[in-house]
Amino acid sequence: MFKEFWDFLMNDFFITGDPLILGAQVSIGLSMVAIVIALTYFKKWRWLWTEWLTTVDHKKIGIMYVIAALLMLFRGGVDALLIRTQLAVPQLEFLHAGHYNAIFTTHGVIMILFMAMPLMFGLFNIVVPLQIGARDVAFPYLNSLSFWLFFFGAMLFNVSFVIGGSPDAGWLAYPPLSELSGSPGLGQDFYIWGIQISGIGSLASGINFVVTILKMRAPGMKLMQMPMFTWSVLSSSITIMFAFPILTVTLFLLFIDRYLGAHFFTLDGGGNPMMYVNLIWMWGHPEVYIVILPAFGVFSDVVSTFSKKKLFGYKSMVFALMSISFFSFFTWLHHFFTMGSGADVNAFFAVTTMLIAIPTGVKVFNWLFTMFRGRITFSQPMLWTIAFIPCFVVGGMTGVMLSVAPADFQFHNSYFLIAHFHQVLIGGVVFGYFAGLYYWWPKMFGFKLHDGLGKWAFWLWNIGFYVCFMPQYALGLMGMTRRFNEYNFDLGWQPLNIVSTVGAFIMGLGFIFQVWQIAHSIKFLKKEKSGDAWGEGRTLEWSIPSPAPMYNFAHLPEVTSSDEWWEEKQRRAKGIQPKAPGPLEPIHMPKNSGIPFIMSVFFFIAGFGFVWHWTWMIVPGLIGVACCLFARSFDYDPDYYIPVDEIERTEAALKGVR
Amino acid sequence: MRKYIRFLVPLMIMLIAVMLSGCSDQYVVLDPKGPIGESQKDLIWITVWLCAIILVPVLILTAIIVWRYRDKKDNKAGYQPNWEHSTKLETIWWAIPIIIIAILATVTIKYTYDLEPSKPLESAKQPITIEATSLDWKWLFTYPDEGISTVNYLQIPEDTPIRFRVTADQAMNSFWIPQLGGQIYAMSGMAMTLYLQADEVGDFLGMGANFTGEQFAKMTFNVKSTSDADYRAWVDSVKQTSPALTEEGFKELKLPGSSEQQTFSAFPKGLFDQVVMQYVGPNGIDAPNSGKKSGPVHDAEGGHDTQSPTTTDEAKS
Repeated sequence: MFKEFWDFLMNDFFITGDPLILGAQVSIGLSMVAIVIALTYFKKWRWLWTEWLTTVDHKKIGIMYVIAALLMLFRGGVDALLIRTQLAVPQLEFLHAGHYNAIFTTHGVIMILFMAMPLMFGLFNIVVPLQIGARDVAFPYLNSLSFWLFFFGAMLFNVSFVIGGSPDAGWLAYPPLSELSGSPGLGQDFYIWGIQISGIGSLASGINFVVTILKMRAPGMKLMQMPMFTWSVLSSSITIMFAFPILTVTLFLLFIDRYLGAHFFTLDGGGNPMMYVNLIWMWGHPEVYIVILPAFGVFSDVVSTFSKKKLFGYKSMVFALMSISFFSFFTWLHHFFTMGSGADVNAFFAVTTMLIAIPTGVKVFNWLFTMFRGRITFSQPMLWTIAFIPCFVVGGMTGVMLSVAPADFQFHNSYFLIAHFHQVLIGGVVFGYFAGLYYWWPKMFGFKLHDGLGKWAFWLWNIGFYVCFMPQYALGLMGMTRRFNEYNFDLGWQPLNIVSTVGAFIMGLGFIFQVWQIAHSIKFLKKEKSGDAWGEGRTLEWSIPSPAPMYNFAHLPEVTSSDEWWEEKQRRAKGIQPKAPGPLEPIHMPKNSGIPFIMSVFFFIAGFGFVWHWTWMIVPGLIGVACCLFARSFDYDPDYYIPVDEIERTEAALKGVR
Repeated sequence: MRKYIRFLVPLMIMLIAVMLSGCSDQYVVLDPKGPIGESQKDLIWITVWLCAIILVPVLILTAIIVWRYRDKKDNKAGYQPNWEHSTKLETIWWAIPIIIIAILATVTIKYTYDLEPSKPLESAKQPITIEATSLDWKWLFTYPDEGISTVNYLQIPEDTPIRFRVTADQAMNSFWIPQLGGQIYAMSGMAMTLYLQADEVGDFLGMGANFTGEQFAKMTFNVKSTSDADYRAWVDSVKQTSPALTEEGFKELKLPGSSEQQTFSAFPKGLFDQVVMQYVGPNGIDAPNSGKKSGPVHDAEGGHDTQSPTTTDEAKS
């Protein structure tokens, strides 16, 4: 009995026999033990539970998103470096084919779904309520649930690396390869359930922020007076609301195929794999706009702050955001022009794809003319923004090249494509979120990140990026196809591949500098005394102390302009004092709740059971989820009021800090 | 800032030099040897130049603006913190991309119809049909006109249109010979048509361009374009010297694994169409195998291809 169990553990449950994975297993085990010991030794369990795991405070949830995203960036980055190492030299025997396939699959999934998305939601959470003068999001409990669903979905996906086996059918898992016929292992089931569980969280977040932005703005703030980042969050969240249900349904159908033997996407029984390819890209293409739009928002805010000038062409910017989010739903087919849908279909989707270049181009011009006749300071967020513009313009142009359907027949699936989407995703999304992190970091934690180390990281990332990806355009034109795990000596791909690998490691070094930067800045912490950390803040988040008190605004602000705080400072400089606020009133706040965390644990249990076909695990998992829903429904006491004297105490203490 | 720019510019120039210094004949996409690839290359250059009209000024403008309006005490450039709108300017930069995209869209639509992959090529010569089947993980090429077949190797006569019919036995692949022209997906249950032609004698790289599983990287193949006479001689020699591909042999060939180049003097008649039709149910429609039989997972194992000799073993795993 025991022996059977042991055999199961060693042969099926844990991945064994690979030194790299064994090393990871050991280090994961050791770090988990270390965390438990540290929490116990410092008696921090209660603190962890009451301050973080059960919190419904948008600022803390945002910080947890950011931490999780940076951890995932580390893992996805290590995957990337393993890929580049394998490709540095022809026919290298560093990773065997199966392992390589698993690594590029997890690299893609993690970077998009478990790195870019949470980093984005982190910024949403930290910034949006502060920018619109709200005290929390519209549904704080749901917000917490969203985070924990994302977190446990990501954990379920990541655990496949050491338990059961990683997915290896590509990041979008095209059938028939991802069906039982092509992927009989468990990796594909981890993929489905990991994404499915976190996908529910993403959808809920999208809804949450749409409602927050539409209903919770400070008195006087009209839609056309919202800061541009908030607009970008609105456009991105609306896109989420329409796109994510498609993903959920598609993966659910794939799950039914695999679990119950249905035939939606199988080869036989009337199934049609191309249906899946269509559906997954109906989500997948809007998804890339979901992550890039908020980056546009960050750039808009940063560029205007550090040029000390109003954002140029506000209305154009809003119109551009919304039209990009609309057109993003009509371009999915450009991911498979080579499917042979005929000239009519290809021509239609080629043109819709090109159309997106128009509003995007306008945005670039508007950013440039925001700087024009401004006064540019090269702070860290601004550096990333300035680096973004040329990078993204070039990436956008290669995107236009790819959209030309007949030419795409030569680019498709080659390294030209790989270079293109890394250029827009790193040059656009990653640079954008980094700019946002550096920009709002003092608002999150009350101190700035070290400047010198940040510049090192900035230059390493930038140089590394070009060294890594420019050669890949050339490799694509040489015929190098994505997902090759090896290539022959005689193809002439060797020199550029080595260059590319060097570039990837330079970016890795950049990441190490960022970690060092954070550690260094914490160690030599210089408390940011003013709430307006950059001295040039324009929007409401800079009008309150850093970090913001739990209720954000003691008095809800009255808004008359899109740059409310900047205008206010102008007025004060002219000697016009703000209207004295009325007396403080008790503030209505949501209570912390452990249910989102517990419910997500049950989701994890059910998902894990589904992966292994363990009914004994699925049933309690699902019952647990149902009980949590039930418990919440009968919780008649989810909120409370912060009494006036407590607000007064907090405000006085914050003033003292100032 | 200044020292960084000084450092970055030479680096970029070096990088571009490195990229361009590679032998130009390695850039197979830009060095086509057939009419389709030639048109696609032209189209790529048209796109590049059209894009450059916007790209180059924007990059220059960025550099100038960032430099001119940097925050320095003695900076004499104008500063207008409240200047936020100009209908004239904004109209200009809505118009520029609209015009460029309109031109590009027109060109694209024309080329999309011209280069529709299933459109026959104009030629005095009769096209040769070659059927390409993506197996796990090798390409099987059958020449129905000649009755021969090859694995991971293609030989074609120059200046003759080749009508490729492309399918996959299992996972979706993509059939790509960059120097002859763009790729087309190889999908199970479908026969795609792709016309290509080689204008000269030579050896070209061919490959599977869509990930198909473990040993996907082994799916490259060599395309040899020869004179008509050499092609005929090659066909004859294959017929005389190579073994025949039997039903049994095909079943073995289908087993997952990579393969060396092989040639066969014959192949089972209608093999390609069998592969295409293997998932069609007995009623002639894509019905679930035997209809009523229910039950999870092993459903796929039923007798759905009883009419087909090429039973798959997909569901046994």
